Amino acid sequence: MAAKTLTIDGKQISAEEGVTVLQAAEEAGISIPTLCHLEGVYDVGACRLCLVEVAGISKLLPACTTRVAEGMEIKTESERLRNYRRMTLELLFAERNHVCAVCVSNGHCELQTLAYSQGMDHVRYDYTFPRWGVDTTHRLFGMDHNRCVLCTRCVRVCWHIEGAGTKNVAGRGGKSWIITDLNMPWGEAESCTQCGKCVQACPTGALFHKGSTAAEMLRDRSKLEFIVTAREKKQWIAAD
Amino acid sequence: MQLDDLNAIAAKEKASAKKKCLRTCMSAGCMSSRADKIRDNLAAEVKSQGLDSEVEVRRVGCMGFCGQGPLVGIDHEDGREELMEFVKPENAPDIVRSLKGGECKVQRGDPQHPFFAKQVRIVRANGGIIDPESIEDYIAAGGYQALHQALTEMKPAEIVEAITRSGLRGRGGAGFPTGLKWGTVAKSPGAKKYIVCNGDEGDPGAFMDRSVLESDPHLVLEGMAIAAYAVGADQGFLYVRAEYPLAISRLQIAIKQARQLGLLGGGIFETPFVFNVDIRIGAGAFVCGEETALMASVEGRRGTPRPRPPFPAERGLWGCPTLINNVETFANIAPIINKGADWYASFGTEKSKGTKVFALTGKIKNNGLIEVPMGIPLRQIVEEMGGGAPDGRKIKSVQTGGPSGGCIPAEHLDTPVDYESLTKLGSIMGSGGMVVMDDSTNMVEIAKFYMEFCMEESCGKCIPCRAGTAQMFHLLEKIAQRKATPRDLAQLEELCDMVRNTSLCGLGQTAPNPVLSTLRFFRDEYEELLQPELHKNTGDLKCQVAAVADKP
Repeated sequence: MAAKTLTIDGKQISAEEGVTVLQAAEEAGISIPTLCHLEGVYDVGACRLCLVEVAGISKLLPACTTRVAEGMEIKTESERLRNYRRMTLELLFAERNHVCAVCVSNGHCELQTLAYSQGMDHVRYDYTFPRWGVDTTHRLFGMDHNRCVLCTRCVRVCWHIEGAGTKNVAGRGGKSWIITDLNMPWGEAESCTQCGKCVQACPTGALFHKGSTAAEMLRDRSKLEFIVTAREKKQWIAAD
Repeated sequence: MQLDDLNAIAAKEKASAKKKCLRTCMSAGCMSSRADKIRDNLAAEVKSQGLDSEVEVRRVGCMGFCGQGPLVGIDHEDGREELMEFVKPENAPDIVRSLKGGECKVQRGDPQHPFFAKQVRIVRANGGIIDPESIEDYIAAGGYQALHQALTEMKPAEIVEAITRSGLRGRGGAGFPTGLKWGTVAKSPGAKKYIVCNGDEGDPGAFMDRSVLESDPHLVLEGMAIAAYAVGADQGFLYVRAEYPLAISRLQIAIKQARQLGLLGGGIFETPFVFNVDIRIGAGAFVCGEETALMASVEGRRGTPRPRPPFPAERGLWGCPTLINNVETFANIAPIINKGADWYASFGTEKSKGTKVFALTGKIKNNGLIEVPMGIPLRQIVEEMGGGAPDGRKIKSVQTGGPSGGCIPAEHLDTPVDYESLTKLGSIMGSGGMVVMDDSTNMVEIAKFYMEFCMEESCGKCIPCRAGTAQMFHLLEKIAQRKATPRDLAQLEELCDMVRNTSLCGLGQTAPNPVLSTLRFFRDEYEELLQPELHKNTGDLKCQVAAVADKP
């Protein structure tokens, strides 16, 4: 496979043909903020946090779905990008009820970490305080829709890693929500294999192990990585 | 089916024509005012008055003057044409009697009115004239000749070249050069390719595509077949929204008829060319007019867009190269092949060729559907053809492009209607909705209306569109309720910029346009509603903290 050379933030790097800008940047030690991206499942380019500037293209491009090309000049940091990323996060915080202090994922939450790293010290938009429910009908897991950011990672792992197809998106716009089977309580969803991959994939405290209380919910992504490595590289050993 | 058979059908149809014809508009608009009953009554009346042998009662598609409907057109023996307006089923005896010189009190329209006289009808040439449920009528009007010519006399590359030379640009709104798109699909490697016709017309106040599908479905099918031959596809999909049941039923009839005559299916005109068309019915989502969301919907998945590239021309339906064009774009193809690219390019301006169909609605005297050459000044459309605002009011602004477009103020009415000029004014050509607003219109309310539309229709996949439109709508509501401050307005503008530049698909990227364009031309209407800032000096929190910290 041919290699491509490109510049990211002034740093000349080479990358394998076909990899995404996000992968190339990570390899070169340049971190780009992401939320809907999850190692091992296909990317959807939905959260718009990984948008980067590419010289010669007027539109901002998502690093997770853009493939590297020869001679690409990419900027992952600029006043404009920082501003947009911060606004995106503020929009998320205002959209549902993200109250870190009482959340199971406090301290281990990707949304919270992103807010810190992007310098989001307060939210300028009016909170909408929607009334979303909590589904605790499942024997092992719970889903608090108030903390959901609709990244669809749970849907993607459920369909493409577990192959169960239990999780899905219903509704549209701000009224979208994650459903199980045909919009029935999780505990009654017959297709659910109880594998818990969705819980491991969730970036916030929306999906949690039952019984965990504030700040107790830790994610273990190694199981996901194990399966993806086994499937793609035929190696039945843990990735690291 | 060969050319001789086609000509025989046309000749037979022409030979059976009667001396006079009563054309009843049976498009959705007139149908909602009982046009079917009018047609039935006219037919019964013709029979009972013994005029069977000389008068034909015909179902036709949209005549365009929708605001005056239901409409009945009368073709006299001497070529004279009459137009009856606001017809009621009980007027049938009078109308039929008038054919024999009797008195008829039904309001007559003027077929020479600028509304008609200024039109150039290419796409709508058959609209209101032929029976949309009769393939023979279409063939008699010259139908399927272009397909025959394309298949038997032209190479695929020649067709692409002709479309390129005609200067035709996508009529769905963005105005991408059609020939270029066809060329890309033709060159994309792949044994299987698809053609998709986008009939998910969803802009508020727009009904051009519906009217074309209801009035002349074969024109669209023929355009699709020519496109399929040009790019090497053998399967087409017509994606039509479920809210257009009449268009869907007429398309179903048209597809069946074309199959029966061998104009769709295998071995068309005894060439190796195979082309089939299936209808896919949308489930009521505006976002499915976006091409990647439309493809997801055709494939049976949730209709949400995906990032481009890859463009559908490379990777479309089921990963195969796919050509997606709008209804009106396909409707332009057969005329271009029939009459030549240079003929087509003789209409319009340097960069915007041909004609455009507009749905003229809102605060205007003559509502309806018009087809005008590109480059016509907006003033001619709204003042001469449209007759200006009713009730002696003044026109304030014209909205084009629906929720992705903008408002053009009255002082810019002399702008020519072409892609570049409208973009320069912060609006877009769009798919053809043209909503006229008079001086009683509140522009903040207009912006709010469109923002609410985008918020409701956002699919929810990307954050800027899903949450950004909701916050923008909230801010507009606050402004309209006189609860907002200048800082809220600044925040609205900042969000407009962010949502436009970071959203995944065209819906989000253009959602701020109605706000931006009303702010550009009617900013005072926003500012009038603002309340003074409560705390004047809280702009920069850090400065204040620093100032406090500095104190001894």
